[in-house]
Amino acid sequence: MAVNTAAIGKSYAPTTYAVGREKVREYARAVGETDPLHLDPEAARAAGYGDVVAPPMFAVVYAMPAVAAGMFDPEVGIDFARLVHAGQDFTWGPLVVAGDEIATTVCVKDVSERRGAGFFVFESVSENQRGETVCTGVWSNIVRGA
Amino acid sequence: MGTLEPGSEIEPLSVTPDRYLTVRYAGASGDFNPIHIDEQFAQQVGLPGRILHGLYSMAQVARAVTAAGGGPQSLRRLSVQFRGMGIPEHELTVTGTVRSVSDGVAIVETVCTQDGKAIIRNAEAEVVVSG
Repeated sequence: MAVNTAAIGKSYAPTTYAVGREKVREYARAVGETDPLHLDPEAARAAGYGDVVAPPMFAVVYAMPAVAAGMFDPEVGIDFARLVHAGQDFTWGPLVVAGDEIATTVCVKDVSERRGAGFFVFESVSENQRGETVCTGVWSNIVRGA
Repeated sequence: MGTLEPGSEIEPLSVTPDRYLTVRYAGASGDFNPIHIDEQFAQQVGLPGRILHGLYSMAQVARAVTAAGGGPQSLRRLSVQFRGMGIPEHELTVTGTVRSVSDGVAIVETVCTQDGKAIIRNAEAEVVVSG
């Protein structure tokens, strides 16, 4: 398959995600979290947080809309019928708490072709309302050849 | 929780995602790719049936390493490669071994298996050693 390496380095307008208490709890329950920090506002406050704490992997929720902008970009040209999520790397900073507003910027880190398959790597950088980087993500996707 | 020392194993985590887990995870995460929630669609594109979201399985790895580290604040980094496909109603098991500890950060190598096959491998976590 032909890939468009011209898309490398392209970035997208930031998206902002408002972290809600019930969304954190819904996510925490879905993945089986049992730590009361994620479920019980009183327990979270007793531990020094303003509200329930998002599990680290909640990064998927606040960063995904920004990543989707890149993945659905026609210039990048991903064929979703052949898409495989190959790898994921997250690096975390301060914890995200319900009430935070997280702005995520995404860029196309790499596009390449090997043995007929396309490799598409996106990088996301998410900051809270205080400008602290709460999570950096590297999202690696393979589009299998025809 | 045990101590994170080179060579030590973290407490294994086992979970069996129920029949409707992928639907709840889709709603919670916002990833509604039909290969995870629609049996017919999944089969039409050549899969055995609905498959687990890779990021759900990664979340199980994250749970295992944060438990080992003593809470969500302990997890600095997690890097995984997805291999094979996870399916609902079969047990997932996460195991991990501390490879090294330096400057208060443990490097934990983990794997997530299902039915004897690795569905996440080469997973590496950086966990702050508490205390």
